[in-house]
Amino acid sequence: MRMIVEGSVAVAEAVGRCRPQVACAYPITPQTHIVEHLAKMVSEGRLKAGFVLAESEFGAASIVLGASAVGARAYTATSSQGLLLMSEVIFNIAGLRLPVVMTCANRAVSAPINIWNDQQDAVSLRDTGWIILFVEDNQEAVDTHIQAFMIAEELMIPVMVCMDGYVLTHTMEPVEMPSQEEVDDFLPPYSPSYYLDPDDPFTMGAMVGPDAYMESRFHLHMDMMEARSTISRVALGFQQKFGRYHGDLVDGYLLDDAEIVLVSMGSLLGTMREAAERLRKDGLKVGILKVRCFRPFPKERVHAALRPGQVVGVVEKDISLGLEGTLCSEIRSAFCGEDSPDISSFIVGLGGRDVTVEDIISIAWDLRSNPACRVEFRGLREDLMKGDEG
Amino acid sequence: MEKERKLINLMEPGHTGCAGCGQAIGARLVLKAAGPRVIVANATGCLEVYTTRYPHSSWEVPWIHSLFENASAVAAGMEVALKAMGRYDNVKIIAQAGDGGTADIGMGCISGMWERGHEVMYVCYDNEGYMNTGYQRSGLTPLGARTTTSPPGAFSWGNLTHKKNMPMIAVAHGVPYVATASVSEPRDLMRKVKKAMEVCGPSYIQILVPCVPGWGIESKLSIHMARLAVETCLFPILEIENGKITRVKRIKPDELKPVTEYLKPQKRFAHLFREGGEEEIKRIQDIADRNLREFNLVSDVDDLSSSQ
Repeated sequence: MRMIVEGSVAVAEAVGRCRPQVACAYPITPQTHIVEHLAKMVSEGRLKAGFVLAESEFGAASIVLGASAVGARAYTATSSQGLLLMSEVIFNIAGLRLPVVMTCANRAVSAPINIWNDQQDAVSLRDTGWIILFVEDNQEAVDTHIQAFMIAEELMIPVMVCMDGYVLTHTMEPVEMPSQEEVDDFLPPYSPSYYLDPDDPFTMGAMVGPDAYMESRFHLHMDMMEARSTISRVALGFQQKFGRYHGDLVDGYLLDDAEIVLVSMGSLLGTMREAAERLRKDGLKVGILKVRCFRPFPKERVHAALRPGQVVGVVEKDISLGLEGTLCSEIRSAFCGEDSPDISSFIVGLGGRDVTVEDIISIAWDLRSNPACRVEFRGLREDLMKGDEG
Repeated sequence: MEKERKLINLMEPGHTGCAGCGQAIGARLVLKAAGPRVIVANATGCLEVYTTRYPHSSWEVPWIHSLFENASAVAAGMEVALKAMGRYDNVKIIAQAGDGGTADIGMGCISGMWERGHEVMYVCYDNEGYMNTGYQRSGLTPLGARTTTSPPGAFSWGNLTHKKNMPMIAVAHGVPYVATASVSEPRDLMRKVKKAMEVCGPSYIQILVPCVPGWGIESKLSIHMARLAVETCLFPILEIENGKITRVKRIKPDELKPVTEYLKPQKRFAHLFREGGEEEIKRIQDIADRNLREFNLVSDVDDLSSSQ
């Protein structure tokens, strides 16, 4: 069924069709519309779930942890400060191998306080043991949430689906909404092989000393690496069932003969596709590499997609302060030495600053005239860059 | 035979708790009263550490440890999920933590759980400090106690603050069943656990559990100290149902003791018996006297009767 709705509504409708048994959240901009719509679905009787309004994001994450531990399909959503407040639980959910699914409506992190979009929140939690997927548009948000439950429950690894705050959450777009029957046909009910049950008691979350802690981290790491094939397989299975494909771990666009490749995650990809088409009309061979799966990081796929001689600009809405854009570091890690293209880091759109097609076009032309590896902030205001000259 | 044994001990021996640990005694009694049809969410702390050192576990019931401050939220999530899945029949949820995990760092989550009315029995094992990390002060450390973060010195007589009143905080949330208990009164403790399990809605039980190294007492004195805390009126044993005190553990007049009898055997109060400490001891006696008057703790009538 085609619906013209806000991204938040589309996600809530899709999550509802996944039949979570517990949904729990705490309101934070720009995630709020997702939770509001879930509440509406519960009040209308369309979503039969234990719906909990927690006292904080920390509480919300802990509640879905408990729900998942007794074998329930559990969902939460947050943004920015909320995600950071959850962070202790986020590590814990992954370590306990509980397949919670979460939406992160990406937003900048304080200070200065800022409620607008960038991706610093999710990127900062890359080492938690969660699968982290970024979506490009609202259709992909719908489709990826349905895939996320399947991925999480097959691997017993939690999945965070990241969608840009406002740019996607608050934007009306037509989306193809699968019917309940179609989702039921694709996503089986959650039937975990272990959960807390008085009929079969076991201890979850034991104290593990130096004698076994490393092995538990090793297993989670290996399973995260293995997750790459599961994510790809689920994306293909989804395509077979629904006819839509948004890439698996990565997705290339106009890459074959590209001299310049722009890399990014999330809604910026749409802007970049448009820029690439215009640039090609002007004779600049630009291609686009979309990173859909940020964790586990698809090193081999990135390595195969790019080649020496190309000039690569990683354009992203986050910064590892004191180094460069985080995605840029990850892209570099796919190469060692001579096989590497020239890779530069472009920081854009922090705290909701607009990124236009023209901004992307200018990055491409600048890379053409100067391929040297560098880190650049783009779109800075000249009037705020001056020193304290009186 | 095996089944019989499990029914007696749902928290098995063989753990690495200290000899005479009040909390281990308390937890064993709680589980004994609660029975096997429970799921336990346990906060970080001594109890978690000494019962679940991988690959061993003392627990014969399904048991989860997540973090220090979220046992109540994890328990709430389990309760909601079991109800949503139609699996709540014949299962009860227990959340348990120490005093720090309850009254300090766990306060946000416990408040949320109570406000939403989750059917969870919350047990606070109150040993009056952060004993797992080496005897630091918590919000439930009593006045005058020496801890490693409230050391007495030329400018201090130890802990400067009074015990946070968690039972009344629970009552203020509308928790329908609130009780205090002591490991020195095992039958009373187990009766309260059984009662709490029958309550429709949240329940809170705070159990005084002496800590052998933290309090600086001999292992064999653990239960004795718990009893003295009651007999000096420093730890009133109460039962509060729907906001009303319905039962009080009475102390017979000839069993009432001055606080010095409780303070003296404990190294955490040793500094109060040096010159100049009388004033501080008097302040602690004032707390006991206030409790005595407020809850009518001393009476000839039988020790567990309805208060007026």
